[in-house]
Amino acid sequence: MNRYYWILGAFAALVVLLAVGLNLNPREVPSPLVGKPAPAFRLAVLGKEGATMGPEDMKGKVWLLNVWSTWCVSCRQEHPVLVEFSRNGQVPVVGLNYKELRGDGEIDMRRVPPEQEVPLAVKRAQGWLTEHGNPYLLTVMDIDGRVGIDYGVYGVPETYVIDKTGVIRMKHTGPISPQVLKDKILPLVAELNR
Amino acid sequence: MNCARILFLVLSLLSTAAYASRTNEAAVADDPVAEKRLQELSKELRCLVCQNETIADSNAELAVDLRREIRGMIHDGKSNAEILDFMVSRYGDFVLYRPPVKGITMLLWGGPLALLLIAILAMRSYLKRRSQQTAAQAKPLTAEEIRRAEALLKENEEK
Repeated sequence: MNRYYWILGAFAALVVLLAVGLNLNPREVPSPLVGKPAPAFRLAVLGKEGATMGPEDMKGKVWLLNVWSTWCVSCRQEHPVLVEFSRNGQVPVVGLNYKELRGDGEIDMRRVPPEQEVPLAVKRAQGWLTEHGNPYLLTVMDIDGRVGIDYGVYGVPETYVIDKTGVIRMKHTGPISPQVLKDKILPLVAELNR
Repeated sequence: MNCARILFLVLSLLSTAAYASRTNEAAVADDPVAEKRLQELSKELRCLVCQNETIADSNAELAVDLRREIRGMIHDGKSNAEILDFMVSRYGDFVLYRPPVKGITMLLWGGPLALLLIAILAMRSYLKRRSQQTAAQAKPLTAEEIRRAEALLKENEEK
């Protein structure tokens, strides 16, 4: 009888292990960038001819860097949440438009003349913000995705919370839901602003 | 049913052929040594978009970008360790197909060994118990039993 309890116990332990393991989100890979300074970049600002922006411009503020694209389906889901959130303007959100043309599987880049890539990307991004609302303080254009690589972007949308000294304090992969905003992002921002 | 299966087989063969030619096309570069290093490094790295493929195997956008990035770093004379560091500092240990041995990966590396150890111990105690049991059963015969056995043997001889 005793050994059956033992087997039952081992089986229960296995069930618990699998239950925990299978409920983890394999998409949520912990970012090694949390706790490190936000990687430097200097990119063209969408809609402002000749203007550039980098993380150091935001020193002294707690801000969000939101990686998005018009081809990204989950971004569409997240967008209204960001628009609503940006209304009260308590936290500046900077948009990082990630591979606007190159990331779009439906575009054959061999057919796009190199000199037309940037204007086309700008047009698409601007059109999208006009149509769906613009929650961003400004958006920078990461045409070739190099800055995305520095930030370890692997699935758009992604959002980084960056503190006053320019250190990344949190990374959220996937769309921001009202729940995530309320439970994860806002408490952290409040703490960092204190 | 059979027809559909054959069609599927043919289609999948065709698609792998097309895929192979595409990767080969990407691999054909000016420097065969650099290209070989690129291949080796890409096999060590996980594509985070399609998590069970290496960067070498994956045709996801990100894998293509990362292969380009690695190629650039090889041309800049970076060592393999530097290139892997570059990846880990951005995507974490998860990007490595052979994660390093450290505190957080202890269960991963030590787990199978620990299970084997437990299995060996369990096996040993089981075998020990069983041999004790059989030893206990193998009592010497009583005088009465010996007498009966001898009688039976004798009977056999007489036949």
